[in-house]
Amino acid sequence: MADEVKLLSLLGSPNVCRVEIALKLKGINYESIPQDLVNKSADLLKYNPVHKKVPVLLHNGKPISESLVIIEYIDDVWKGVPVLPQDPYEKAQARFWAKFIDDKCTPAILKAFGMEGEQDATEANGQLQYLENELNVKGKKFFGGDSINLVDISASFLAFWVGAIEEASGIQLVTKDKFPKLTKWCDDFVNCQAVKDSLPPREALVAFFKGRFGN
Amino acid sequence: MGNKSEIKLLGTAASPFANRVQFALNLKSMKYEYIEENLACKSELLIKSNPVHKKVPVLLHADKPPICESQIIVEYLDEIRPDLYQLLPSVSLDRANCRFWAAYIDNKFFPLYEELRQTLNKAGQEAIKEQMIEATQQLEEAFIKSSNGKTYFGGDQVGYLDVILGCFIRWTQHVDELNDFNKFDEVRILELAKWAKCIASHEALKSVTPGKETLESFFGLINIYRPPYK
Repeated sequence: MADEVKLLSLLGSPNVCRVEIALKLKGINYESIPQDLVNKSADLLKYNPVHKKVPVLLHNGKPISESLVIIEYIDDVWKGVPVLPQDPYEKAQARFWAKFIDDKCTPAILKAFGMEGEQDATEANGQLQYLENELNVKGKKFFGGDSINLVDISASFLAFWVGAIEEASGIQLVTKDKFPKLTKWCDDFVNCQAVKDSLPPREALVAFFKGRFGN
Repeated sequence: MGNKSEIKLLGTAASPFANRVQFALNLKSMKYEYIEENLACKSELLIKSNPVHKKVPVLLHADKPPICESQIIVEYLDEIRPDLYQLLPSVSLDRANCRFWAAYIDNKFFPLYEELRQTLNKAGQEAIKEQMIEATQQLEEAFIKSSNGKTYFGGDQVGYLDVILGCFIRWTQHVDELNDFNKFDEVRILELAKWAKCIASHEALKSVTPGKETLESFFGLINIYRPPYK
């Protein structure tokens, strides 16, 4: 029996994009089912009753929610291109950085643009420095080394959405002089095929954020 | 794993996250050296080992650089010694279910306790208690599905989710007492209430659960460093 893979999705959602990158890296065929988050579908409420959010992966009818949980599931089930390192120690480090990006970095970035409380970039500059240092220490193109892994994928918002928000708001956050390695990483990451194929159109994103900033 | 000093754990007696790792190590009968940290005066070792968060727990395994974040540490231990009391299930879908609820417990359930501690106004407190009731309702349903009529989330044996949630029982009990609240109200969530009693008395957890005095003094500390403000 062939695998049936569906993804309850939303254009422009960074967390949905993360899952799509993982699916494309593994060469998994799936059906994307865009959702309306204002008028939530019966399926969304049925398959993610706890959070009622996207993304939700449906694998042969079984739902999995939470983007990082979904990505680990995808890596578990489908072999081929590894998304997580095989070595338990390296895996733990990858999970640490992915969690750091979600729990600390992204909220700080939102704060830096004034999208969550008063605008203040202090925290974001600090958190981004950790990522800059990590790239420095690794000395490779990506957090995953020569190819992207869970950490790179977790930082999709940083790689692509932040640039669009910078353009829309006029606020610069990830500059070449402050974060040279991170800036280069952003470029390299968005140019990976699996990533390119999963990103939303930039102009639409910029237009969306321009609306949010009243520009 | 014969050499006791091969695994070191930086922790704090009152920290449920440190207790969580100890619970897992005990279940797996893995020997370790425990180093108590004074969070009011963090050691150089802690700051060096966890420069990003400067928090416990931190696992030091042989000569490898440190591993931080309790859930990540527990998964790591399970991966290096799957032969010793496997915590995570073998089936991918069940593993995903465990990780989903682990994220819910740490990101939605437990933070409510910190919010409650920081909220002084009555209306705010009532609103948080409502959310706690809802969260425990979700956990009750998760328990019923996961346990399948058995004693633990993991079935007949303590599993990953029992460890992830079990470490919070004593802490949340303490906060409940301070706030005249009962999160595991037997009337409301019978199965989870039964489970809570069971897990709290499990030898591997009981042996590392902090006493009232330890918790009181730790809460005193937090109230100084992160005082209530809402």
